[in-house]
Amino acid sequence: MNLVTPDFGLLFWMVVIFGLVFFLLAKFGFPIITDMVDKRNAKIAQSLKDADEIEARMASWKQEQAQMMEDVRREQSAILREATETKAKIVADAKAQAKAEADKILAEAKQQIAAEKESALRDVRKEVALLSVQVAEKVLRQELKDEGSQRAFIDKLVDEASEAKLRS
Amino acid sequence: MPTQSAASEDEDINISEIIFDHIGDDYEWHITEWKGKPIAIPLPCIVIENGVHIFTAHHAAENGYAFNENGKLVNANTGKRPIDISITKNVLSLMISTLLLLIIILYTANWYKKHDVLKEVPTGLAACMEPLVMMVHEMARENIGEEDYRRFSPYLCMAFLWILLNNFLGILPFFPGGANLTGNIAITLVLALFTFFTVNLNGTRHYYKEIFAPDVPGFLKPIMPVIEVFSAIMKPVSLTIRLFANMLAGHIMILSMVCIIFIMAKYGPLLGGSMTVVSVLFGVFLDALECLVAFIQAYVFTMLSSIYIGLARVKHE
Repeated sequence: MNLVTPDFGLLFWMVVIFGLVFFLLAKFGFPIITDMVDKRNAKIAQSLKDADEIEARMASWKQEQAQMMEDVRREQSAILREATETKAKIVADAKAQAKAEADKILAEAKQQIAAEKESALRDVRKEVALLSVQVAEKVLRQELKDEGSQRAFIDKLVDEASEAKLRS
Repeated sequence: MPTQSAASEDEDINISEIIFDHIGDDYEWHITEWKGKPIAIPLPCIVIENGVHIFTAHHAAENGYAFNENGKLVNANTGKRPIDISITKNVLSLMISTLLLLIIILYTANWYKKHDVLKEVPTGLAACMEPLVMMVHEMARENIGEEDYRRFSPYLCMAFLWILLNNFLGILPFFPGGANLTGNIAITLVLALFTFFTVNLNGTRHYYKEIFAPDVPGFLKPIMPVIEVFSAIMKPVSLTIRLFANMLAGHIMILSMVCIIFIMAKYGPLLGGSMTVVSVLFGVFLDALECLVAFIQAYVFTMLSSIYIGLARVKHE
């Protein structure tokens, strides 16, 4: 039964050596390793958490960006629409203005034409009057060559004048 | 030892002698035989009996000592065992393996001290030891609890790595290994006692209340403490026997496989040759199995120790 009876010498040495080395390693060995690795594990866990956070933030940024793009596009189309409207308005205004101007010019021209026509008519009338006076003079000179006709004519004129006076 | 030369010179091989010689302790480290002469490392016998006597096994008779039937030193006159703290084969193996563990762990700790662990990946030995140490560390955290597992983690790391290293050294057939250390009951007993004292010196109030004054019906009150104390004592006993028996059985199986070759050799070349093939195949299988068992037993011992410590650290009923 040698196998199952613990030998004192071995017990003694085992307690001494194991105890001593355990003391040394518990002080200078294992805690250093485990502390360091725990520190690293904590760092890794923290990094993973940070990475998650950043990812979430990136996602929200992306969404924000998309939102922004959408806004910009909407604004762009609004501006374009406005520009188109403004352009149409400007064109319409210009047209109206031009029409007014043209109307004014036309009116002026008409007035001028009318005035010129008037003066031309007046000139013509004056000319015609002169001409008719000359013609009348010539006719009269022709008709009133003799004394009788002169008298007849004066009578006629007097009659006419008196008739006119009577009528009035 | 006289038994060794007798076994090999003789044609009749005494199997149990060979096996027990390999798994037992000895006052010298027998390595091999060369031309009928044993080659062995002589080791100092240290005996305390009316003062300290130091001598080698060859000179035992000159110092008044003889060997009894178990091969242990006894006083030649009285036939009694003196206080024998000789550096035997197992003690030398214990010293070498423990020193090796000390160097490995201090080297690893030094690596962690010298390098910034947040910027560098462990290399070499540190990378090899880190998973083992951290495995035990995590095991301690799971079984003992977040609050005080750090206090017990070094002991569990030490126990695990020491058992693992010695289990593997035990499988090695040549010099630094070959001693059957974890298959020796004295060694496993000391390990189990370390666990026992770690558990019971750190027991909380609730742990002792559960042992001596548990919440049970009245008629069980006198019986429960007896059962609980018995259970507390059986825990280290089971730890002792489990590790010891597993490792011893593995050694005996492998040695038996090797011995079959020599037994069958005298039954002719055909039978001897074929049995050699069979026993080598079985030997390889058993060696692989032993590697597995070496790890499992170290793991089981450590895990049970951590569970026992965890049970002793209960904070509430």
